[in-house]
Amino acid sequence: MLKKPVYMDNHATTRVDSRVLDAMLPYFTEKYGNAASRNHSFGWEAEEAVDRARNQIAALIGAKSKEIIFTSGATESDNLAIKGVVEFYKDKGNHVISCVTEHKAVLDSCRALERAGKATVTYLPVDKYGTVDPDAVRRAITDKTVLITIMWANNEIGTIHPIAEIGKIAKEKGIIFHCDAVQAIGKVPVDFEKAGVDLASITAHKIYGPKGIGAIYVRSKGPRVRLTPQMDGGGHERGMRSGTLNVPGIVGLGAACEIAGMEMPEEAQRLIQLRSQLQAGLFERLDEIYVNGHPTERLPGNLNVSFAYVEGESLLMGINDIAVSSGSACTSATLEPSYVIRALGIDDELAHSSIRFGLGRFNTLEEVDYVTDRVSKEVKRLREMSPLYEMAKEGIDLKSVNWKS
Amino acid sequence: MAYSEKVIEHYNNPRNVGSFAKDEPNVGTGVVGAPECGDVMKLQLKIGDDGVIEDARFKTFGCGSAIASSSYVTELVKGKHIDEAITIKNTVIVKELNLPPVKIHCSVLAEDAIKAAIADWRKRRGDNFASGEQPLRAKEA
Ligand SMILES: Cc1ncc(COP(=O)(O)O)c(C=O)c1O
Ligand code: FES
Repeated sequence: MLKKPVYMDNHATTRVDSRVLDAMLPYFTEKYGNAASRNHSFGWEAEEAVDRARNQIAALIGAKSKEIIFTSGATESDNLAIKGVVEFYKDKGNHVISCVTEHKAVLDSCRALERAGKATVTYLPVDKYGTVDPDAVRRAITDKTVLITIMWANNEIGTIHPIAEIGKIAKEKGIIFHCDAVQAIGKVPVDFEKAGVDLASITAHKIYGPKGIGAIYVRSKGPRVRLTPQMDGGGHERGMRSGTLNVPGIVGLGAACEIAGMEMPEEAQRLIQLRSQLQAGLFERLDEIYVNGHPTERLPGNLNVSFAYVEGESLLMGINDIAVSSGSACTSATLEPSYVIRALGIDDELAHSSIRFGLGRFNTLEEVDYVTDRVSKEVKRLREMSPLYEMAKEGIDLKSVNWKS
Repeated sequence: MAYSEKVIEHYNNPRNVGSFAKDEPNVGTGVVGAPECGDVMKLQLKIGDDGVIEDARFKTFGCGSAIASSSYVTELVKGKHIDEAITIKNTVIVKELNLPPVKIHCSVLAEDAIKAAIADWRKRRGDNFASGEQPLRAKEA
């Protein structure tokens, strides 16, 4: 029997894998030492666990263990990377290159620097698949550029950017390259050393680990990257991030990375298959639906679809035993449709109609079939209720209508 | 955000979904909103010569609250004289459906749809109706 509700929102967060939880539990109850306590076994035990986790994480992402700095999550990592670099290298320049489809943690860190007069930022556009053009990155570089920040894979549309190409340009020009790799690690092969990434943000809760723990990768050689810390205190994590280490969380992040790395080849294949099944099923049953994002350069578990003539929130309401998310304005606090979908240059109406399916480790074929069926039926029902669908069927060009709103 | 029971009920069992033929002389059609704003509401009223709304149909592209607002409005206006229907305020809808503040604009859309449908009916009936003089009066109850 299918268990409901069905969770298919794995880009938002994931369930903690029981293997991860098992690894963490002793660090709450018996091994509760402070990793900074140098004088007793409780501290040593905790420090050992943290070291092991650093190794597990480093192995997944092509890093050395000393290049891993623990934080409270990717929002903090993004802030630390962007503000930390701009502040540290202020004598070298003040220009940052980013992209319009970045996560808010990146965009708002950039905006904060702009507001404070500490940086000017170029936000590069994307093409219709949501990909940033490496040549556009190259052209945007000035002699004042100190940082490029481009994500590995987008959290809404799943598009994977040409990170290695951008890394190469950054190396050539001697500019520090930060990458928000939250959605990519553990899902697709990631090697920061090889890709020329100098700083990267990761978080545990997108890879079946706990919320509130993440890390920043900080390259130690070629070049050695320096940061102005954003948190003052006891000088933990080589002075870059003060604060007593969240040992159980760190153990969880480490275990999550190890499992993800081990299972990635088969799991990625399995997710691609489920995703294809979902996509094919929806296209079979419905006309006028559109995939948002890149057809091939895309996260295995991601499917973002616009169901024309149906507003996203009303669709979510109809499929209330399925957890997915929408780029519709009606679901957002600001009543603005998704800036990521809009950046693809498609009609705003289709942004309101977009649904993000995020398949993950615990989704099954049975769930995919159920979701396909449920979503198709609800889209059909709502289209019967949609004045836009009716007009389109009558051959009226919706763009030619003079809407009075 | 959780929806009120009444919104859910209207969403699951919308009243009077559909369309009348646009060229029927006694039908007034109001289309309000815009696709790029994420909400379009079409309300049609079948209005008798005495100015009484005999029947109503809606189609809505919008959130669940917008669908519920338009569904509720079709029930609300039926049997009412247009002079009365045109005074219906969105606050009535907000109250009936328990709409939270972020969904108030969905009810405003429904109010606008009533006004637009009646205006359309008047326009199509000819000069004296379009003049705004409102020659029809609600019958004394
Ligand atoms: C691309 C991306 N960056 C950053 C974050 C923020 O991560 P966290 O929730 O760990 O702060 C998320 C997820 O919320 C994300 O998807
Ligand atoms: S139509 Fe967008 S919030 Fe109701």
